[in-house]
Amino acid sequence: MMNLTLKIWRQKNASDKGQIVDYPLSGVSPDMSFLEMLDVLNQELIEKGEQPVAFDHDCREGICGTCSLYINGRAHGPQTKITACQLHMRSFKDGDTIYIEPWRAEAFPVVKDLIVDRTSFDRIQQAGGFISVNTSGNTQDANAIPIEKENADKAFDAATCIGCGACVASCKNSSAMLFVSAKVSQFALLPQGQVEATDRVLNMVKQMDEEGFGNCTNTGACEVECPKGISLENIARMNREYLSASLKG
Amino acid sequence: MSGILNSSIGRKFAMALSALFLMFFLLQHFAINILSVFSPDTFNEVSHFMGTFWVIQYVLQPVLIFGVIFHFVMGFVLEIKNNKARRIGYAKTSRAANSTWMSRNMLLTGAVVLAFIVLHFIDFWIPEINTKYIAGDMSGLIDPANTESGFRYYEELVHKFHSPLRVGAYVIAFVLLSLHLLHGFNSAFQSVGANNKYTNGLKGISKAYAIGVPLGFVFIALFHHFTH
Repeated sequence: MMNLTLKIWRQKNASDKGQIVDYPLSGVSPDMSFLEMLDVLNQELIEKGEQPVAFDHDCREGICGTCSLYINGRAHGPQTKITACQLHMRSFKDGDTIYIEPWRAEAFPVVKDLIVDRTSFDRIQQAGGFISVNTSGNTQDANAIPIEKENADKAFDAATCIGCGACVASCKNSSAMLFVSAKVSQFALLPQGQVEATDRVLNMVKQMDEEGFGNCTNTGACEVECPKGISLENIARMNREYLSASLKG
Repeated sequence: MSGILNSSIGRKFAMALSALFLMFFLLQHFAINILSVFSPDTFNEVSHFMGTFWVIQYVLQPVLIFGVIFHFVMGFVLEIKNNKARRIGYAKTSRAANSTWMSRNMLLTGAVVLAFIVLHFIDFWIPEINTKYIAGDMSGLIDPANTESGFRYYEELVHKFHSPLRVGAYVIAFVLLSLHLLHGFNSAFQSVGANNKYTNGLKGISKAYAIGVPLGFVFIALFHHFTH
């Protein structure tokens, strides 16, 4: 069992200034997940009559992209290619001090404690992250269209993005380009996506810029911290798509 | 096409194009300077050609000055926008875990290089412009009245590198330039959309250029400092 000091960002609401608050926590099992450890802390806080720490979570198996904790200076904690819910306390040792903060970006304003508003990602998706298919009853079976294996694999890899926002949280510029490029790529690589490719990339990048995300300076931090290992190759593809779309448009 | 420079990707593309142009310029500058080590006569001939050929003087030189200013201004424009994207920072960050120091400090290394370019302009370029276009001496000779006196370029170069202060500033600036290029060279290709099967090979070329070219400039300065 471990004894820890947790330094957690507490903020009552969007307009509150917020601050880091220290919480000692004892009897933490190395087999607990990180979120279970927070559940234990919250149980203690509730029993003491205090407000529990608000944090986002849903599936707790690394596929929904809801959890969003900046742990000891890294998105989703010290391990790579996992989400915070997949992180276990065996990654820490007895006596550790752990900083737990929300994603930081103007486009991800804090709602409460560790919860941020990521609807900016939804608006980027709505700007073009889809294909338009008539559902008239005689729609062609997608599997009937031959697709080069390499492109199919790359499109699938891009589509594994869960939109958690770790790329934005990790980037020193709060850039959303890894996320947007994954969404652009998953369609640009497939014949079904190419019909609307020009408008898609122009509109999604426009929305991304309007949301106030920063520029990509190719540090590669996003790729390292992405729980799904989305490659920087996607950003280069989005740059190509955007530049050629700008020439056409 | 309109408004491309107002978009984040368009600005990075422009930044990368100006970077590629400046890296090409640096390479040709190095190729000429290294001649001073191997053949002072050839160095003089090439310097005279570069200093008097109208295409270089009246077309490429203004393009170069524009390229330097554009790269510098755009660097700041991007930095300001990036800082606005996160007004409240983290209490704890571990940036070294996911990115290189060079990639995170392009503004710092760039600012030092820019300070050096300003000094370099005052030191080399303005006296050269003064001699040619104010004093009107386009001969390139040590003594304009004596056609047998030979070209002045090599003599001037050697004279400049007598000063240990100037050589010291030169070495520091090129170390910082090397750090700038270690990230910048490869980053420029990523920004223009080139990330493909050649990327790993390009990373090798990037390192060779980023270390080799600045090291070559340092070698030239030290060579002349210690051999004359």
